[in-house]
Amino acid sequence: MPQEEHINVRYVAGLARLTLTPEEEATYATQLDSILHYVAQLDNVDVSQVPEHTLEEGGCDFTRPDIARAPQSLESALLNAPRRSGDQFLVPKVVE
Amino acid sequence: MLHTQPIATLRQLLTSREISPADLLRSVESSIAETDSAIGAYLQRDFPTALAEAEKADLTQPLGGIPIGIKDIINVNGQPLTCGSKILAGKFTSPYDATVITRLRAAGAIPFGKLNMDEFAMGSSTENSALQVTRNPRDLTRVPGGSSGGSAAAVAAGTAVATLGTDTGGSIRQPASFCGIVGLKPSYGRVSRYGCTAYASSLDQIGPMTRSVADAALLLQAIAGPDPADSTCRRDPVPDFSAALTGDIKGLRIGLPDEYFGEGIDPEVRAAVDRAIQLLEGAGAELHRVSLPHTGSAIATYYIIATAEASANLARFDGIRYGHRCENPENLLDLYNRSRAEGFGPEVKRRIILGTYVLSSGYYDAYYRKAQKVRHLIRQDFARAFEKVDVLLGPTCPTPAFKFGAHTSDPLQMYLADIYTIAANLAGLCGLSLPCGQTVPTPGTPALPIGLQLLAPALGEATLLHAAHATEQALR
Repeated sequence: MPQEEHINVRYVAGLARLTLTPEEEATYATQLDSILHYVAQLDNVDVSQVPEHTLEEGGCDFTRPDIARAPQSLESALLNAPRRSGDQFLVPKVVE
Repeated sequence: MLHTQPIATLRQLLTSREISPADLLRSVESSIAETDSAIGAYLQRDFPTALAEAEKADLTQPLGGIPIGIKDIINVNGQPLTCGSKILAGKFTSPYDATVITRLRAAGAIPFGKLNMDEFAMGSSTENSALQVTRNPRDLTRVPGGSSGGSAAAVAAGTAVATLGTDTGGSIRQPASFCGIVGLKPSYGRVSRYGCTAYASSLDQIGPMTRSVADAALLLQAIAGPDPADSTCRRDPVPDFSAALTGDIKGLRIGLPDEYFGEGIDPEVRAAVDRAIQLLEGAGAELHRVSLPHTGSAIATYYIIATAEASANLARFDGIRYGHRCENPENLLDLYNRSRAEGFGPEVKRRIILGTYVLSSGYYDAYYRKAQKVRHLIRQDFARAFEKVDVLLGPTCPTPAFKFGAHTSDPLQMYLADIYTIAANLAGLCGLSLPCGQTVPTPGTPALPIGLQLLAPALGEATLLHAAHATEQALR
Protein backbone atom coordinates (compact mmCIF):
# COMPACT_ATOMS: atom_id res chain seq x y z
CA MET A 1 0.00 0.00 0.00
CA PRO A 2 1.21 3.52 -0.75
CA GLN A 3 2.44 4.31 2.76
CA GLU A 4 4.79 7.09 1.74
CA GLU A 5 1.89 9.34 0.80
CA HIS A 6 -0.36 11.29 3.11
CA ILE A 7 -3.99 11.56 2.27
CA ASN A 8 -4.88 14.89 0.64
CA VAL A 9 -8.00 15.43 2.68
CA ARG A 10 -9.21 18.56 0.91
CA TYR A 11 -8.94 16.91 -2.51
CA VAL A 12 -10.66 13.69 -1.45
CA ALA A 13 -13.39 15.60 0.39
CA GLY A 14 -14.00 17.46 -2.85
CA LEU A 15 -14.46 14.15 -4.65
CA ALA A 16 -16.90 13.18 -1.90
CA ARG A 17 -18.80 16.48 -2.28
CA LEU A 18 -18.01 17.68 1.23
CA THR A 19 -16.88 21.16 2.22
CA LEU A 20 -14.57 20.98 5.24
CA THR A 21 -13.40 23.67 7.62
CA PRO A 22 -9.61 24.07 8.05
CA GLU A 23 -9.98 22.54 11.52
CA GLU A 24 -11.78 19.51 10.10
CA GLU A 25 -9.12 19.10 7.41
CA ALA A 26 -6.36 19.07 10.03
CA THR A 27 -8.21 16.63 12.32
CA TYR A 28 -9.11 14.22 9.53
CA ALA A 29 -5.59 14.35 8.09
CA THR A 30 -4.17 13.11 11.40
CA GLN A 31 -6.89 10.55 12.05
CA LEU A 32 -7.00 9.16 8.51
CA ASP A 33 -3.21 8.86 8.36
CA SER A 34 -3.39 6.83 11.56
CA ILE A 35 -6.16 4.62 10.16
CA LEU A 36 -4.32 4.13 6.84
CA HIS A 37 -1.16 3.25 8.73
CA TYR A 38 -3.14 0.58 10.58
CA VAL A 39 -4.78 -0.66 7.38
CA ALA A 40 -1.35 -1.05 5.76
CA GLN A 41 -0.93 -4.26 7.79
CA LEU A 42 -2.79 -5.95 4.93
CA ASP A 43 0.45 -5.61 2.95
CA ASN A 44 1.71 -8.53 5.01
CA VAL A 45 -1.15 -10.84 3.98
CA ASP A 46 -0.30 -13.15 1.09
CA VAL A 47 -3.20 -13.08 -1.39
CA SER A 48 -1.23 -14.45 -4.34
CA GLN A 49 -3.36 -17.61 -4.37
CA VAL A 50 -6.70 -15.78 -4.22
CA PRO A 51 -8.36 -15.71 -7.64
CA GLU A 52 -9.87 -12.50 -9.01
CA HIS A 53 -13.41 -13.86 -9.23
CA THR A 54 -13.70 -13.91 -5.44
CA LEU A 55 -14.43 -10.19 -5.57
CA GLU A 56 -18.07 -11.01 -6.19
CA GLU A 57 -18.41 -14.07 -3.95
CA GLY A 58 -20.83 -14.25 -1.10
CA GLY A 59 -23.29 -11.84 -2.61
CA CYS A 60 -26.62 -13.11 -3.76
CA ASP A 61 -28.29 -11.62 -6.76
CA PHE A 62 -31.70 -13.01 -7.49
CA THR A 63 -33.96 -11.51 -10.09
CA ARG A 64 -37.73 -11.45 -9.74
CA PRO A 65 -40.25 -12.10 -12.49
CA ASP A 66 -40.59 -9.08 -14.77
CA ILE A 67 -44.10 -8.14 -13.78
CA ALA A 68 -45.33 -4.54 -13.78
CA ARG A 69 -46.23 -3.22 -10.33
CA ALA A 70 -47.78 0.00 -9.18
CA PRO A 71 -45.01 2.61 -8.98
CA GLN A 72 -44.47 4.99 -6.08
CA SER A 73 -47.02 7.78 -6.40
CA LEU A 74 -45.90 11.22 -7.55
CA GLU A 75 -46.98 12.79 -4.27
CA SER A 76 -45.13 10.14 -2.26
CA ALA A 77 -41.96 10.67 -4.31
CA LEU A 78 -42.12 14.43 -3.74
CA LEU A 79 -43.17 14.12 -0.09
CA ASN A 80 -39.70 14.90 1.28
CA ALA A 81 -38.47 17.33 -1.38
CA PRO A 82 -36.50 20.20 0.24
CA ARG A 83 -37.99 22.47 -2.42
CA ARG A 84 -40.52 21.70 -5.12
CA SER A 85 -42.33 23.47 -7.87
CA GLY A 86 -45.57 21.78 -8.79
CA ASP A 87 -44.75 18.19 -9.60
CA GLN A 88 -40.99 18.71 -9.80
CA PHE A 89 -37.96 19.01 -7.53
CA LEU A 90 -36.67 22.58 -7.55
CA VAL A 91 -32.87 22.93 -7.83
CA PRO A 92 -30.47 25.81 -8.57
CA LYS A 93 -29.84 26.66 -12.20
CA VAL A 94 -27.45 24.08 -13.67
CA VAL A 95 -26.56 25.77 -16.99
CA GLU A 96 -24.37 28.80 -16.26
CA MET B 1 -44.00 -4.91 34.55
CA LEU B 2 -46.41 -6.71 32.30
CA HIS B 3 -44.51 -6.21 29.08
CA THR B 4 -41.21 -7.59 30.37
CA GLN B 5 -42.66 -11.11 30.34
CA PRO B 6 -41.47 -13.51 27.62
CA ILE B 7 -43.31 -13.09 24.34
CA ALA B 8 -44.76 -16.62 24.65
CA THR B 9 -46.28 -15.67 28.02
CA LEU B 10 -47.65 -12.40 26.66
CA ARG B 11 -49.19 -14.28 23.75
CA GLN B 12 -50.94 -16.66 26.15
CA LEU B 13 -52.30 -13.72 28.13
CA LEU B 14 -53.45 -12.04 24.93
CA THR B 15 -55.09 -15.07 23.32
CA SER B 16 -56.86 -15.98 26.57
CA ARG B 17 -58.11 -12.35 26.69
CA GLU B 18 -56.64 -11.83 30.16
CA ILE B 19 -54.98 -8.74 28.72
CA SER B 20 -55.57 -6.74 25.54
CA PRO B 21 -53.00 -5.40 23.08
CA ALA B 22 -53.91 -1.93 24.36
CA ASP B 23 -53.03 -3.01 27.93
CA LEU B 24 -49.64 -4.13 26.69
CA LEU B 25 -49.02 -0.89 24.81
CA ARG B 26 -50.02 1.17 27.84
CA SER B 27 -47.61 -0.84 29.97
CA VAL B 28 -44.80 -0.01 27.51
CA GLU B 29 -45.91 3.63 27.35
CA SER B 30 -45.90 4.08 31.12
CA SER B 31 -42.47 2.44 31.46
CA ILE B 32 -41.08 4.83 28.84
CA ALA B 33 -42.65 7.78 30.67
CA GLU B 34 -41.04 6.61 33.91
CA THR B 35 -37.52 5.82 32.78
CA ASP B 36 -36.64 6.91 29.26
CA SER B 37 -35.77 10.47 30.23
CA ALA B 38 -32.76 8.97 32.05
CA ILE B 39 -31.91 6.42 29.33
CA GLY B 40 -32.69 8.28 26.09
CA ALA B 41 -33.36 5.18 24.00
CA TYR B 42 -36.38 6.49 22.06
CA LEU B 43 -36.20 9.16 19.38
CA GLN B 44 -39.95 9.14 18.89
CA ARG B 45 -43.03 7.03 19.48
CA ASP B 46 -46.59 7.19 18.23
CA PHE B 47 -48.94 5.59 20.75
CA PRO B 48 -52.19 7.01 19.31
CA THR B 49 -51.53 5.26 15.98
CA ALA B 50 -50.25 2.15 17.76
CA LEU B 51 -53.37 2.01 19.96
CA ALA B 52 -55.56 2.25 16.87
CA GLU B 53 -53.61 -0.65 15.37
CA ALA B 54 -53.91 -2.55 18.65
CA GLU B 55 -57.70 -2.39 18.36
CA LYS B 56 -57.45 -4.29 15.08
CA ALA B 57 -54.58 -6.64 16.03
CA ASP B 58 -55.03 -10.18 14.75
CA LEU B 59 -54.35 -12.27 17.85
CA THR B 60 -54.27 -15.49 15.82
CA GLN B 61 -50.97 -14.45 14.30
CA PRO B 62 -47.61 -15.47 15.90
CA LEU B 63 -46.84 -11.97 17.20
CA GLY B 64 -50.44 -10.78 17.45
CA GLY B 65 -50.66 -7.72 19.72
CA ILE B 66 -46.91 -7.55 20.51
CA PRO B 67 -45.42 -4.02 20.31
CA ILE B 68 -41.94 -3.85 18.76
CA GLY B 69 -39.47 -0.93 18.89
CA ILE B 70 -37.60 -0.17 15.67
CA LYS B 71 -34.07 1.14 15.11
CA ASP B 72 -34.48 4.49 13.38
CA ILE B 73 -32.75 3.36 10.21
CA ILE B 74 -35.76 1.27 9.13
CA ASN B 75 -38.66 2.90 7.31
CA VAL B 76 -42.11 2.77 8.94
CA ASN B 77 -44.75 4.27 6.68
CA GLY B 78 -45.85 7.73 7.76
CA GLN B 79 -43.31 7.97 10.59
CA PRO B 80 -40.26 10.27 10.66
CA LEU B 81 -36.92 8.61 9.84
CA THR B 82 -33.68 10.17 11.08
CA CYS B 83 -30.89 7.53 10.96
CA GLY B 84 -29.58 9.48 13.97
CA SER B 85 -28.54 12.29 11.59
CA LYS B 86 -29.19 16.00 11.26
CA ILE B 87 -29.36 15.49 7.51
CA LEU B 88 -32.73 13.73 7.93
CA ALA B 89 -34.06 14.83 11.33
CA GLY B 90 -37.22 16.86 10.89
CA LYS B 91 -36.91 16.58 7.12
CA PHE B 92 -37.96 13.05 6.21
CA THR B 93 -41.15 11.06 6.60
CA SER B 94 -41.05 7.45 5.42
CA PRO B 95 -43.24 7.02 2.33
CA TYR B 96 -43.50 3.24 2.74
CA ASP B 97 -42.90 0.30 5.10
CA ALA B 98 -39.63 -1.62 4.97
CA THR B 99 -40.19 -5.31 4.23
CA VAL B 100 -39.38 -6.24 7.85
CA ILE B 101 -42.13 -3.86 8.99
CA THR B 102 -44.62 -5.31 6.49
CA ARG B 103 -43.75 -8.75 7.84
CA LEU B 104 -44.01 -7.73 11.48
CA ARG B 105 -47.44 -6.26 10.77
CA ALA B 106 -48.47 -9.45 8.92
CA ALA B 107 -47.40 -11.41 12.01
CA GLY B 108 -49.67 -9.20 14.12
CA ALA B 109 -46.93 -7.08 15.73
CA ILE B 110 -47.27 -3.34 16.30
CA PRO B 111 -44.28 -1.10 15.46
CA PHE B 112 -44.78 1.85 17.80
CA GLY B 113 -41.51 3.77 18.23
CA LYS B 114 -38.10 4.54 16.79
CA LEU B 115 -34.82 4.04 18.64
CA ASN B 116 -31.60 6.03 18.78
CA MET B 117 -28.45 4.92 17.01
CA ASP B 118 -25.04 6.05 15.84
CA GLU B 119 -25.48 8.25 12.80
CA PHE B 120 -26.13 6.01 9.77
CA ALA B 121 -25.12 3.04 11.95
CA MET B 122 -21.49 4.20 12.04
CA GLY B 123 -20.19 3.68 15.54
CA SER B 124 -19.89 1.37 18.52
CA SER B 125 -21.28 3.50 21.34
CA THR B 126 -24.28 5.53 20.05
CA GLU B 127 -22.18 8.60 20.89
CA ASN B 128 -22.26 9.41 17.16
CA SER B 129 -26.00 10.08 17.22
CA ALA B 130 -26.52 13.71 16.25
CA LEU B 131 -29.82 13.79 18.11
CA GLN B 132 -29.47 12.64 21.72
CA VAL B 133 -27.42 10.71 24.25
CA THR B 134 -28.41 7.13 25.05
CA ARG B 135 -27.14 5.71 28.34
CA ASN B 136 -26.50 2.13 29.39
CA PRO B 137 -29.35 1.18 31.76
CA ARG B 138 -26.95 -0.89 33.88
CA ASP B 139 -24.65 2.08 34.52
CA LEU B 140 -25.73 5.52 33.32
CA THR B 141 -22.11 6.69 33.12
CA ARG B 142 -21.41 4.15 30.39
CA VAL B 143 -22.35 3.77 26.74
CA PRO B 144 -24.99 1.24 25.66
CA GLY B 145 -22.80 0.13 22.74
CA GLY B 146 -23.72 0.73 19.16
CA SER B 147 -24.73 1.32 16.63
CA SER B 148 -28.07 -0.19 17.76
CA GLY B 149 -27.63 1.35 21.22
CA GLY B 150 -31.20 2.59 21.57
CA SER B 151 -32.60 -0.81 20.59
CA ALA B 152 -30.42 -2.55 23.19
CA ALA B 153 -31.00 0.02 25.94
CA ALA B 154 -34.79 -0.10 25.55
CA VAL B 155 -34.88 -3.88 26.01
CA ALA B 156 -32.41 -3.75 28.92
CA ALA B 157 -34.27 -0.89 30.62
CA GLY B 158 -37.58 -2.72 30.33
CA THR B 159 -39.09 -0.08 28.05
CA ALA B 160 -39.68 -2.47 25.14
CA VAL B 161 -40.82 -6.06 24.71
CA ALA B 162 -38.33 -6.50 21.89
CA THR B 163 -36.70 -4.39 19.19
CA LEU B 164 -35.10 -4.57 15.78
CA GLY B 165 -31.51 -3.47 15.22
CA THR B 166 -29.05 -3.65 12.35
CA ASP B 167 -25.58 -5.17 12.32
CA THR B 168 -22.84 -4.24 9.81
CA GLY B 169 -19.79 -5.07 11.95
CA GLY B 170 -21.32 -6.02 15.30
CA SER B 171 -23.97 -3.33 15.78
CA ILE B 172 -26.55 -5.78 17.17
CA ARG B 173 -24.25 -8.13 19.09
CA GLN B 174 -21.97 -5.55 20.75
CA PRO B 175 -24.76 -3.40 22.29
CA ALA B 176 -26.56 -6.61 23.29
CA SER B 177 -23.38 -7.61 25.13
CA PHE B 178 -22.95 -4.18 26.76
CA CYS B 179 -26.59 -4.04 27.92
CA GLY B 180 -27.04 -7.69 28.94
CA ILE B 181 -29.61 -8.82 26.38
CA VAL B 182 -29.83 -11.21 23.42
CA GLY B 183 -28.94 -9.86 19.96
CA LEU B 184 -29.01 -11.89 16.75
CA LYS B 185 -27.35 -10.97 13.46
CA PRO B 186 -28.87 -13.15 10.74
CA SER B 187 -26.83 -14.52 7.84
CA TYR B 188 -26.30 -12.27 4.86
CA GLY B 189 -29.40 -12.62 2.72
CA ARG B 190 -31.64 -14.20 5.39
CA VAL B 191 -33.63 -11.01 6.02
CA SER B 192 -34.67 -8.42 3.43
CA ARG B 193 -33.04 -4.98 3.69
CA TYR B 194 -35.65 -3.29 1.49
CA GLY B 195 -36.54 -0.08 3.31
CA CYS B 196 -33.48 -0.15 5.56
CA THR B 197 -31.15 2.78 4.87
CA ALA B 198 -27.98 1.30 3.39
CA TYR B 199 -24.61 1.76 5.09
CA ALA B 200 -22.44 -1.06 3.69
CA SER B 201 -24.52 -3.20 1.40
CA SER B 202 -22.36 -6.33 1.41
CA LEU B 203 -22.41 -6.40 5.23
CA ASP B 204 -25.69 -4.93 6.59
CA GLN B 205 -28.34 -7.16 8.18
CA ILE B 206 -31.47 -6.51 10.25
CA GLY B 207 -32.02 -8.66 13.33
CA PRO B 208 -33.88 -9.02 16.65
CA MET B 209 -32.80 -7.72 20.06
CA THR B 210 -34.65 -9.43 22.89
CA ARG B 211 -34.68 -10.62 26.48
CA SER B 212 -34.33 -14.29 25.59
CA VAL B 213 -33.25 -16.64 22.82
CA ALA B 214 -36.85 -17.85 22.46
CA ASP B 215 -38.03 -14.28 21.80
CA ALA B 216 -35.27 -13.83 19.21
CA ALA B 217 -36.40 -17.01 17.44
CA LEU B 218 -39.99 -15.69 17.27
CA LEU B 219 -38.94 -12.35 15.81
CA LEU B 220 -36.54 -13.87 13.31
CA GLN B 221 -39.29 -16.24 12.17
CA ALA B 222 -41.48 -13.25 11.40
CA ILE B 223 -38.94 -11.21 9.43
CA ALA B 224 -36.88 -13.87 7.58
CA GLY B 225 -37.41 -15.14 4.06
CA PRO B 226 -37.17 -14.20 0.39
CA ASP B 227 -38.29 -10.80 -0.84
CA PRO B 228 -38.77 -9.81 -4.49
CA ALA B 229 -37.89 -6.23 -3.50
CA ASP B 230 -34.36 -7.17 -2.35
CA SER B 231 -32.22 -8.99 -4.90
CA THR B 232 -29.67 -9.92 -2.21
CA CYS B 233 -32.30 -11.72 -0.13
CA ARG B 234 -31.89 -15.49 -0.41
CA ARG B 235 -34.65 -17.77 -1.55
CA ASP B 236 -33.81 -20.61 0.80
CA PRO B 237 -36.70 -21.92 2.92
CA VAL B 238 -36.95 -20.62 6.47
CA PRO B 239 -36.89 -23.40 9.09
CA ASP B 240 -39.02 -23.45 12.24
CA PHE B 241 -36.60 -21.70 14.58
CA SER B 242 -38.62 -22.23 17.77
CA ALA B 243 -38.65 -25.99 17.08
CA ALA B 244 -34.85 -25.92 17.26
CA LEU B 245 -34.90 -24.83 20.91
CA THR B 246 -34.75 -28.31 22.44
CA GLY B 247 -32.26 -27.52 25.18
CA ASP B 248 -30.40 -30.76 24.45
CA ILE B 249 -26.83 -29.94 23.56
CA LYS B 250 -25.36 -33.46 23.75
CA GLY B 251 -22.93 -34.02 20.90
CA LEU B 252 -23.00 -30.43 19.67
CA ARG B 253 -19.51 -29.59 18.43
CA ILE B 254 -18.39 -26.21 19.73
CA GLY B 255 -15.25 -24.59 18.31
CA LEU B 256 -13.14 -22.28 20.47
CA PRO B 257 -11.06 -20.05 18.17
CA ASP B 258 -7.57 -19.51 19.61
CA GLU B 259 -7.58 -15.96 18.26
CA TYR B 260 -10.69 -15.03 20.29
CA PHE B 261 -9.00 -15.83 23.61
CA GLY B 262 -5.70 -14.02 23.12
CA GLU B 263 -4.27 -10.75 24.37
CA GLY B 264 -6.47 -7.79 25.13
CA ILE B 265 -9.39 -9.64 26.64
CA ASP B 266 -10.56 -8.36 30.02
CA PRO B 267 -9.93 -11.01 32.74
CA GLU B 268 -13.53 -10.87 33.98
CA VAL B 269 -14.84 -11.33 30.43
CA ARG B 270 -12.51 -14.29 29.99
CA ALA B 271 -13.62 -15.83 33.29
CA ALA B 272 -17.32 -15.50 32.47
CA VAL B 273 -16.90 -17.08 29.02
CA ASP B 274 -14.72 -19.87 30.47
CA ARG B 275 -17.42 -20.64 33.02
CA ALA B 276 -20.03 -20.91 30.26
CA ILE B 277 -17.74 -23.24 28.32
CA GLN B 278 -17.40 -25.50 31.37
CA LEU B 279 -21.15 -25.60 31.83
CA LEU B 280 -21.68 -26.51 28.16
CA GLU B 281 -19.11 -29.27 28.39
CA GLY B 282 -20.89 -30.54 31.47
CA ALA B 283 -24.16 -30.54 29.52
CA GLY B 284 -22.65 -32.82 26.88
CA ALA B 285 -21.20 -30.49 24.25
CA GLU B 286 -17.94 -31.44 22.53
CA LEU B 287 -15.26 -28.76 22.67
CA HIS B 288 -12.68 -28.31 19.94
CA ARG B 289 -9.87 -25.79 19.57
CA VAL B 290 -9.89 -24.17 16.14
CA SER B 291 -7.91 -21.43 14.45
CA LEU B 292 -9.07 -18.45 12.40
CA PRO B 293 -5.63 -17.23 11.33
CA HIS B 294 -6.78 -14.09 9.50
CA THR B 295 -8.71 -12.68 12.47
CA GLY B 296 -6.07 -9.98 12.93
CA SER B 297 -6.74 -8.65 9.43
CA ALA B 298 -10.52 -8.41 9.83
CA ILE B 299 -10.74 -4.84 11.15
CA ALA B 300 -8.44 -3.40 8.48
CA THR B 301 -10.40 -5.29 5.81
CA TYR B 302 -13.70 -4.10 7.20
CA TYR B 303 -12.74 -0.44 7.35
CA ILE B 304 -11.77 -0.48 3.68
CA ILE B 305 -14.83 -2.36 2.40
CA ALA B 306 -17.43 -0.77 4.68
CA THR B 307 -16.25 2.79 4.11
CA ALA B 308 -16.00 2.24 0.35
CA GLU B 309 -19.60 1.05 0.27
CA ALA B 310 -20.70 3.83 2.61
CA SER B 311 -19.15 6.51 0.40
CA ALA B 312 -21.28 5.23 -2.49
CA ASN B 313 -24.47 4.64 -0.49
CA LEU B 314 -24.42 8.04 1.19
CA ALA B 315 -23.98 9.86 -2.12
CA ARG B 316 -27.78 9.86 -2.29
CA PHE B 317 -27.90 12.49 0.47
CA ASP B 318 -27.32 15.43 -1.84
CA GLY B 319 -29.94 17.95 -0.77
CA ILE B 320 -32.00 17.47 -3.92
CA ARG B 321 -34.73 14.89 -3.35
CA TYR B 322 -34.86 14.67 0.45
CA GLY B 323 -32.95 15.65 3.55
CA HIS B 324 -31.17 18.84 4.54
CA ARG B 325 -30.52 21.52 1.91
CA CYS B 326 -28.18 24.44 2.68
CA GLU B 327 -29.44 28.02 2.49
CA ASN B 328 -28.81 30.13 -0.61
CA PRO B 329 -26.57 27.81 -2.64
CA GLU B 330 -24.45 29.61 -5.21
CA ASN B 331 -24.75 26.74 -7.67
CA LEU B 332 -25.44 23.02 -7.77
CA LEU B 333 -21.98 21.98 -6.57
CA ASP B 334 -22.19 24.41 -3.67
CA LEU B 335 -25.58 22.94 -2.81
CA TYR B 336 -24.14 19.40 -2.70
CA ASN B 337 -21.00 20.34 -0.79
CA ARG B 338 -22.58 22.52 1.87
CA SER B 339 -25.76 20.46 2.34
CA ARG B 340 -23.66 17.38 3.05
CA ALA B 341 -21.13 19.27 5.18
CA GLU B 342 -23.91 20.78 7.32
CA GLY B 343 -25.93 17.55 7.55
CA PHE B 344 -23.37 14.83 8.25
CA GLY B 345 -21.56 14.42 11.58
CA PRO B 346 -17.81 13.86 12.12
CA GLU B 347 -17.73 10.04 12.00
CA VAL B 348 -19.86 9.88 8.85
CA LYS B 349 -17.64 12.45 7.12
CA ARG B 350 -14.54 10.54 8.22
CA ARG B 351 -15.84 7.29 6.75
CA ILE B 352 -17.07 8.91 3.53
CA ILE B 353 -13.65 10.50 2.97
CA LEU B 354 -11.82 7.24 3.75
CA GLY B 355 -14.17 5.28 1.47
CA THR B 356 -13.79 7.79 -1.34
CA TYR B 357 -10.01 7.61 -0.96
CA VAL B 358 -9.77 3.80 -1.12
CA LEU B 359 -11.93 3.75 -4.25
CA SER B 360 -10.17 6.64 -5.99
CA SER B 361 -8.07 6.30 -9.09
CA GLY B 362 -4.65 4.85 -8.32
CA TYR B 363 -5.65 3.50 -4.90
CA TYR B 364 -8.44 1.04 -5.73
CA ASP B 365 -6.15 -1.96 -6.30
CA ALA B 366 -3.98 -1.23 -3.28
CA TYR B 367 -6.89 -0.93 -0.89
CA TYR B 368 -10.28 -2.16 -2.08
CA ARG B 369 -9.16 -5.04 -4.30
CA LYS B 370 -6.65 -6.17 -1.68
CA ALA B 371 -9.29 -6.02 1.05
CA GLN B 372 -11.69 -8.11 -1.00
CA LYS B 373 -9.02 -10.76 -1.41
CA VAL B 374 -8.28 -10.82 2.31
CA ARG B 375 -12.01 -11.10 2.85
CA HIS B 376 -11.88 -14.31 0.82
CA LEU B 377 -9.21 -15.66 3.17
CA ILE B 378 -11.34 -14.75 6.19
CA ARG B 379 -14.26 -16.68 4.63
CA GLN B 380 -11.96 -19.64 4.06
CA ASP B 381 -10.89 -19.62 7.71
CA PHE B 382 -14.51 -20.00 8.79
CA ALA B 383 -15.28 -22.61 6.13
CA ARG B 384 -12.40 -24.76 7.39
CA ALA B 385 -13.47 -24.33 11.02
CA PHE B 386 -17.06 -25.29 10.24
CA GLU B 387 -15.85 -28.54 8.66
CA LYS B 388 -15.00 -29.61 12.22
CA VAL B 389 -17.56 -27.88 14.42
CA ASP B 390 -21.23 -26.82 14.40
CA VAL B 391 -20.79 -23.45 16.09
CA LEU B 392 -17.97 -21.20 17.25
CA LEU B 393 -17.95 -19.66 20.72
CA GLY B 394 -16.06 -16.77 22.27
CA PRO B 395 -16.56 -13.40 23.93
CA THR B 396 -18.68 -10.86 22.03
CA CYS B 397 -16.41 -7.99 23.06
CA PRO B 398 -12.99 -7.79 24.74
CA THR B 399 -14.38 -5.59 27.54
CA PRO B 400 -17.65 -4.69 29.27
CA ALA B 401 -19.34 -1.35 28.41
CA PHE B 402 -16.94 1.57 28.52
CA LYS B 403 -17.40 5.10 29.81
CA PHE B 404 -18.67 7.97 27.68
CA GLY B 405 -15.80 9.67 25.88
CA ALA B 406 -13.38 6.77 26.35
CA HIS B 407 -12.65 6.44 22.62
CA THR B 408 -14.04 9.60 21.05
CA SER B 409 -10.67 11.30 20.47
CA ASP B 410 -9.15 8.27 18.74
CA PRO B 411 -11.54 6.58 16.31
CA LEU B 412 -9.09 3.76 15.60
CA GLN B 413 -9.31 2.60 19.23
CA MET B 414 -13.10 2.45 18.90
CA TYR B 415 -12.77 0.37 15.72
CA LEU B 416 -10.37 -2.10 17.40
CA ALA B 417 -13.00 -3.00 20.02
CA ASP B 418 -15.03 -4.75 17.28
CA ILE B 419 -12.39 -7.45 16.80
CA TYR B 420 -14.64 -10.44 17.61
CA THR B 421 -17.79 -9.36 15.77
CA ILE B 422 -16.59 -7.90 12.49
CA ALA B 423 -15.39 -11.07 10.74
CA ALA B 424 -18.88 -12.63 10.82
CA ASN B 425 -20.18 -9.81 8.62
CA LEU B 426 -17.26 -10.14 6.21
CA ALA B 427 -17.98 -13.88 5.91
CA GLY B 428 -21.80 -13.58 5.78
CA LEU B 429 -22.29 -15.78 8.86
CA CYS B 430 -25.03 -15.59 11.47
CA GLY B 431 -24.10 -14.70 15.04
CA LEU B 432 -25.71 -14.12 18.39
CA SER B 433 -24.70 -12.51 21.66
CA LEU B 434 -26.27 -13.59 24.93
CA PRO B 435 -25.48 -12.63 28.53
CA CYS B 436 -23.09 -15.05 30.25
CA GLY B 437 -22.30 -13.21 33.46
CA GLN B 438 -21.33 -9.87 34.88
CA THR B 439 -18.38 -8.11 36.41
CA VAL B 440 -17.89 -7.91 40.16
CA PRO B 441 -19.26 -4.56 41.37
CA THR B 442 -16.80 -2.13 42.92
CA PRO B 443 -17.40 1.19 44.72
CA GLY B 444 -18.89 3.50 42.11
CA THR B 445 -19.25 0.82 39.45
CA PRO B 446 -22.20 -1.55 39.42
CA ALA B 447 -21.97 -5.06 37.98
CA LEU B 448 -21.69 -4.82 34.20
CA PRO B 449 -23.05 -7.43 31.77
CA ILE B 450 -20.72 -9.72 29.84
CA GLY B 451 -21.76 -11.20 26.52
CA LEU B 452 -20.90 -14.51 24.90
CA GLN B 453 -20.95 -14.81 21.14
CA LEU B 454 -21.94 -17.85 19.11
CA LEU B 455 -21.32 -18.00 15.35
CA ALA B 456 -22.79 -20.48 12.86
CA PRO B 457 -22.40 -20.92 9.10
CA ALA B 458 -24.50 -18.92 6.64
CA LEU B 459 -28.17 -19.93 6.92
CA GLY B 460 -27.36 -21.86 10.11
CA GLU B 461 -29.72 -19.86 12.32
CA ALA B 462 -31.54 -22.98 13.55
CA THR B 463 -28.25 -24.43 14.82
CA LEU B 464 -27.23 -21.04 16.22
CA LEU B 465 -30.49 -20.63 18.13
CA HIS B 466 -30.37 -24.24 19.32
CA ALA B 467 -26.87 -23.72 20.74
CA ALA B 468 -27.77 -20.33 22.21
CA HIS B 469 -30.91 -21.66 23.89
CA ALA B 470 -28.99 -24.56 25.43
CA THR B 471 -26.32 -22.12 26.63
CA GLU B 472 -28.97 -19.90 28.13
CA GLN B 473 -30.44 -22.90 29.97
CA ALA B 474 -27.03 -24.07 31.20
CA LEU B 475 -26.25 -20.62 32.60
CA ARG B 476 -29.47 -20.38 34.61
